[in-house]
Amino acid sequence: MASSDTKSGLTDTRQARSDGNLQTAGLEAGLDALENVATTRTPFSVTFRAKILPPLIATGVVLLVWQALITFNVVTDPTKLPSPGDVATEFKDAWLEGKLLGYIWTSVERGLLGFLLALAIGTPLGLIVARVKFVRAAIGPVLSGLQSLPSVAWVPPAVLWLGLNNSMMYAVILLGAVPSIANGLVSGIDQVPPLFLRAGRTMGATGWKGAWHIVLPASLPGYLAGLKQGWAFSWRSLMAAEIIASSPDLGIGLGALLENGRNASSMPMIFEAIFLILFVGIAVDLLVFSPLERRVLRSRGLLVKS
Amino acid sequence: MATAVAKAGPAESVEYAARIEHVSKSFAGPVGRQLVLDDITLDVAPGEFVTLLGASGCGKSTLLNLVAGLDDPSSGSIKTDGRPSLMFQEHALFPWLTAGKNIELALKLGGVAKNDRRERAEELLTLVRLQGSYDKRVHELSGGMRQRVALARALAQESRLLLMDEPFAALDAITRDVLHDELTRIWAETGVSVLFVTHNVREAVRLAQRVVLLSSRPGRIAREWTVEIPQPRRIEDAPVAELSIEITEQLRGEIRRHGQQ
Repeated sequence: MASSDTKSGLTDTRQARSDGNLQTAGLEAGLDALENVATTRTPFSVTFRAKILPPLIATGVVLLVWQALITFNVVTDPTKLPSPGDVATEFKDAWLEGKLLGYIWTSVERGLLGFLLALAIGTPLGLIVARVKFVRAAIGPVLSGLQSLPSVAWVPPAVLWLGLNNSMMYAVILLGAVPSIANGLVSGIDQVPPLFLRAGRTMGATGWKGAWHIVLPASLPGYLAGLKQGWAFSWRSLMAAEIIASSPDLGIGLGALLENGRNASSMPMIFEAIFLILFVGIAVDLLVFSPLERRVLRSRGLLVKS
Repeated sequence: MATAVAKAGPAESVEYAARIEHVSKSFAGPVGRQLVLDDITLDVAPGEFVTLLGASGCGKSTLLNLVAGLDDPSSGSIKTDGRPSLMFQEHALFPWLTAGKNIELALKLGGVAKNDRRERAEELLTLVRLQGSYDKRVHELSGGMRQRVALARALAQESRLLLMDEPFAALDAITRDVLHDELTRIWAETGVSVLFVTHNVREAVRLAQRVVLLSSRPGRIAREWTVEIPQPRRIEDAPVAELSIEITEQLRGEIRRHGQQ
């Protein structure tokens, strides 16, 4: 096996032993280099073609079909389907009157504030439900059941309890979003691999230290998914509340704009409101939650390139 | 709560890294209580390298969990010199932290002052020959590198006893060979005591000063061998192979008994 005329040292047992330490170091460096996976970021042009171009094309197609329905007189009644131009004019007028941003901000401010409140309540609630067996048995099923209850159902009681004011809006948002956020955290914690908990315990991370150093960071992906869903629920709940409970004192948010459109039988205004509601929902997801989620997943190597 | 694991302070001079006395462990199984470990008595001396060897069902991982204080024995007592650190077959590194921060977390939980942690973590990375990998994410490391970071993290706990639960079983053979060399070197450099569980006879002989063979169902100590082959050994060395054959024969004998019952 060992031949003396080779200088490689790998086959020469004696030599390998004499400077085995050095040998191992070199061998190890070689193994590491062989197994190293190069991680490169995709160039923007590729991202543009794969991720940005398709939705732009889809939007263009929808606009084209819409315009075609009007141009070729498939739909002739403008009170049923306004032309894209009419809706654009509606947007332009609202912008020129300086009201457009006001509509958006009225709703977004409520939505964000409500969401932050829901976050502050849902997080500790989720922690307690996940960690305390009795609480989990007691309210766990109700908490997940609440997710299937449309939040619009909370509007009538909230109006009667709190009156037509901002508190009522926040109450509806909380009832819609808190269960989502709490549930997200619970499922995130449930999915923490037991191995991490064992590893943490041998390192002395028990009790609160364990929760802070191991359980919470390990459950972050599930928690973020819960937050994302919580935001969607906040936004939907708020729109339901604004549509049903529109009152001049409350200012005109997007839900109220929609309701005003209905009262004025103005289809362009209704379309304007729907587009704005959709726009805000997508924008918040795209600008806040998706980047946050991607960042967390990428740093953990959980983002699979497709 | 590990009540049976008494923590010996440094003031008390101890002549063992771990002392396992008449330990039995049974679990509630489908057919009544099942005895997994039966009257195990074993000492690991300070600085000693002991491998626990056995086929499936010998309770070797259970025994390691008991020593680690993750579970309590049904009877008997286990004493260790401080809290042991534990390394698993899976690297168990936290994916939300970098390699360096994984080690720093162990240092932090062990009470090392904030200012010293970074330097100590770099030292430990150098010890496992991963200098320059401080900022690497776990998923950017190969299997062998992950286990070396895991080893560095276990060493960061400054425990006098390192428990290893088949830490190289999931690695490819080439990497495993290299890590055997590394473990032998680090053991000699740090003077830590090691209790190493494996089902690989040659690995046991390659690494240990003492090989303890456990029988299966229930796990009992079947036989012990003192390995006097000088380090550094190679897994291909003739004396290693010779002793491995002897141990394997005994191990197979233990396994055959189960077929005859």
